[in-house]
Amino acid sequence: MADEIILLDFWPSMFGMRVRLALAEKGLKYEYKEEDLRNKSPLLLEMNPVHKKIPVLIHNGKPICESLIIVQYIDEVWHDKSPLLPSDPYQRAQARFWADYVDKKLYELGRKIWSTKGEEQETAKKEFIECLKLLEGELGDKPYFGGEKIGFVDVALVTFSCWFHAYESFGNFSIEAECPKLIAWTKRCMEKESVSSSLEDPHKVHGFVMGMKKKLGIE
Amino acid sequence: MANSDHIVLLDFSGSPFVMRVRLALAAKGIEYQIKEEDLTQSKSSLLLKVNPVHKKIPVLIHNGKPVCESLIIVEYIDEVWKDRCPLLPADPYQRAKAKFWADFIDKMVHPSSYKVWAANGEVQEAGKKEFIDRIKMLEGELKSNPYFGGETLGFLDIAFLPLYYWFHTLETFGKFSIEAECPKLVAWGKRCMEEEFVCASLPHPHKVYDLVVEYKKKMGI
Repeated sequence: MADEIILLDFWPSMFGMRVRLALAEKGLKYEYKEEDLRNKSPLLLEMNPVHKKIPVLIHNGKPICESLIIVQYIDEVWHDKSPLLPSDPYQRAQARFWADYVDKKLYELGRKIWSTKGEEQETAKKEFIECLKLLEGELGDKPYFGGEKIGFVDVALVTFSCWFHAYESFGNFSIEAECPKLIAWTKRCMEKESVSSSLEDPHKVHGFVMGMKKKLGIE
Repeated sequence: MANSDHIVLLDFSGSPFVMRVRLALAAKGIEYQIKEEDLTQSKSSLLLKVNPVHKKIPVLIHNGKPVCESLIIVEYIDEVWKDRCPLLPADPYQRAKAKFWADFIDKMVHPSSYKVWAANGEVQEAGKKEFIDRIKMLEGELKSNPYFGGETLGFLDIAFLPLYYWFHTLETFGKFSIEAECPKLVAWGKRCMEEEFVCASLPHPHKVYDLVVEYKKKMGI
């Protein structure tokens, strides 16, 4: 039976990109539906009535919401190809912990970097770098967080990398200067077709953030 | 699993997050040692060592290796002791749904409950309304099943049950009745409390209230 897979997404969303990346890793074909978040489609409101957010994966008519839950779902259903979570329960718990850490910290700090100024922005930049350094420590000498191949934490984090240029530009700092190993890891990931085809062009993202700042009246 | 398993749970009485782990361990019949943390004092060196990132409880230490974040711990327990009393369903879609609602409890229900027991005035009033609106959405997920897990208690029941144990506390501080608004949820809570392993692992709702009163006093909330 042919699977029908639809992804409700918004092109700059690093959360949506996680799902695109997981689907690409598994070699799955799907229909991509772009949402206008200022004018949400009846389909989105029907499929995610609780949060009304993207991404939503619709698999054979059934919706799955929340990006990390979707990625785990994809990993479980299509478990025969490119496993993203390790098989050992302790390693799985560690992977979930670090993906959850990315979720709890990076988006909000990143948002503060491009949308605030002065002390608030400086504090956000400092904390953001501290988080990345902690993640760098977790990576250690491994090529990927998943070890020899990309895994769950790589998928959770690498999609933020196409936002780094915007953060650096609006925050006036260099992430590479502080976290060279992490930037090396992002470049290593981008050599993979599944990653490069799922992430957006950093300059496009920068343009999007510029547009957001104008709309929100932030100089 | 080998009888030589050594399991330690870093605990703080009354914490709804720790209660989730206690329930999971009890459901699986796993023996463990409790190390009580006093969150009104400075954190122990053990806690800082095993959870340097968040410095929070619960932490499960299994044969010396720490696992943090309550829902991650519960899933870990379910995977390690998979031979008995499965908590997550076998079907990937049902699993995703259970995780979605557990995540909803963490993102949406817990922050509202905090406003009810720790705030007052307008913030508390807003918190009460938000809390009821949000748990009503959860109530809808019960449908006509005795438990969120279907015929037996599962992952989502464990994720939410500690908050049921907090209902008396929230009602007392918030001066409102949760049963009047969500009778199905209260019926579900009472049904869960009939399970021996549930009563054996959690402090009674009135005891939870006493613990919260003491916590508020010590923390100046």
